[in-house]
Amino acid sequence: MHWINVVALTLMFMSGLQIFNAHPALYWGESSYGARNPWLVIGAREDPQGNPMGYTRIAGREFTTTGVLGLSTDDDRMYAQGFPSWLTVPSHQWLAMARSWHFFFAWVFLINGLCYVGYTLATRHFRRDLWPTRADIRGIGASIVDHLRFRHPTGEAAKRYNVLQKITYITVIFVLLPLIVLMGLGMSPRLDTLFGGWVSWFGGRQSVRSIHFIVAWLLVAFVLVHVFEVIVTGLWNNLRSMITGRYRVPQETAHE
Amino acid sequence: MNDVDRGARRRFLARIAAAVGALGVAGCDRLSQSEWFPPILDSAEKLNERLAKLVTGRSAMAKEYTAADVSPTFRSNGTARPDNPEYAALAANGFAGYALDVGGLVAAPRRFTLAELRALPSRTQITRHDCVEGWSAIAQWQGARLSALLDVVKPAATAKYVVFHCADPMEEGGQSPYYESIDMDDAYHEQTLLAYALNGQPLPIANGAPIRLRVERQLGYKHAKYVMRLELVESFAHIAGGKGGYWEDQGYQWYAGI
Repeated sequence: MHWINVVALTLMFMSGLQIFNAHPALYWGESSYGARNPWLVIGAREDPQGNPMGYTRIAGREFTTTGVLGLSTDDDRMYAQGFPSWLTVPSHQWLAMARSWHFFFAWVFLINGLCYVGYTLATRHFRRDLWPTRADIRGIGASIVDHLRFRHPTGEAAKRYNVLQKITYITVIFVLLPLIVLMGLGMSPRLDTLFGGWVSWFGGRQSVRSIHFIVAWLLVAFVLVHVFEVIVTGLWNNLRSMITGRYRVPQETAHE
Repeated sequence: MNDVDRGARRRFLARIAAAVGALGVAGCDRLSQSEWFPPILDSAEKLNERLAKLVTGRSAMAKEYTAADVSPTFRSNGTARPDNPEYAALAANGFAGYALDVGGLVAAPRRFTLAELRALPSRTQITRHDCVEGWSAIAQWQGARLSALLDVVKPAATAKYVVFHCADPMEEGGQSPYYESIDMDDAYHEQTLLAYALNGQPLPIANGAPIRLRVERQLGYKHAKYVMRLELVESFAHIAGGKGGYWEDQGYQWYAGI
């Protein structure tokens, strides 16, 4: 389930960036043509010397992002595209195909996710392993200090999720992922007919598009930290335990 | 293992990771261009359509806004002025010579002048237009209810779709006129209009004069502009690329409610 999720979320992220590229600007509110300017714009134009440049404007502040955002190079050929071709599926501007990828893997992700949630609840994995205990909550401060010093649990404690891990996993699984799905559904004009236009509860369709985008990047941030932690706590040991269930318990002597 | 080995191993792993990444993107591109893969991806489309319709119900109404919500400008997307001499002649005369041709699987095929369309039961609504590209704009539309027009021409029981044939060629030399199609649920929906006014003014040429479709529960490309002829059909497989619309023939989903 975890690896199906990795494939589905990766492809949804990359096809999602391609969909974003069709109109690389984000707004708050219902409309893109209201009184307020977009809070994020990625584009290409000429600099004062007449050379093409890529720019990214966040909340009115502009950054030159030639080579990464707005304008990129592929085999020495320059092209204007919001996010660069190596980060998107398909690689070059092709909205129709990106939508096909995105909606197909949305179903893969959703079905897989529902199976996971069903499994966690049915096997009591949720109550037993994910929900923080009282002792966990009391130990938050110590856990933060341990993480910052890269001191990882050893012995029996290494077999369990620590408190920060539990809070993060619960937030990702039960807050961020459902939210990004909901915000994705919110962009459908047909589904917005429910409850007389429920999308307005979240600020309107352009707000929903912005939240969808922001949550996608929060998930990327989670993945980066997650993969970092997996590597520093023993890449092969962790991967083997994920696939075979065998986990070599790190010994106390590993530290100092 | 000494540090030199470790550095070399790390560089080796980094290169493998980069290669796998590049292969991944290139692989996705090859799949996108293959014959067999896109139909698998598109198998989700029917599922999306069924689920969206099931959850919302066939007559669910799109949200309507107030005058205060109307966007200062309503963007003209796609064709801004059809490159078509017959259309240009109609426009030069203020569309006085325009008539909407309605035929196909109907009991009473006929033509409707602009005055006749304006005389049909109408509706005025302030709605949000969502483009497939991602932007939205809010505007007030006024037009004849398509259901009222269908009541006049009496569709046959076999009619499953209304096809909208438009005046704007999408390719050089007047080729590939724009067209679109919707099913009968959308055709009879209360908010589906043959719009002739935008924000209280006669529909500008940039937005589809003299008549454009409003089908509020779908994305912008379904809202055909410069509509010249309606055709009721059982299947659109024989029209142009056979996918039910100009953009559909380019690979976009026929069901644009998502």
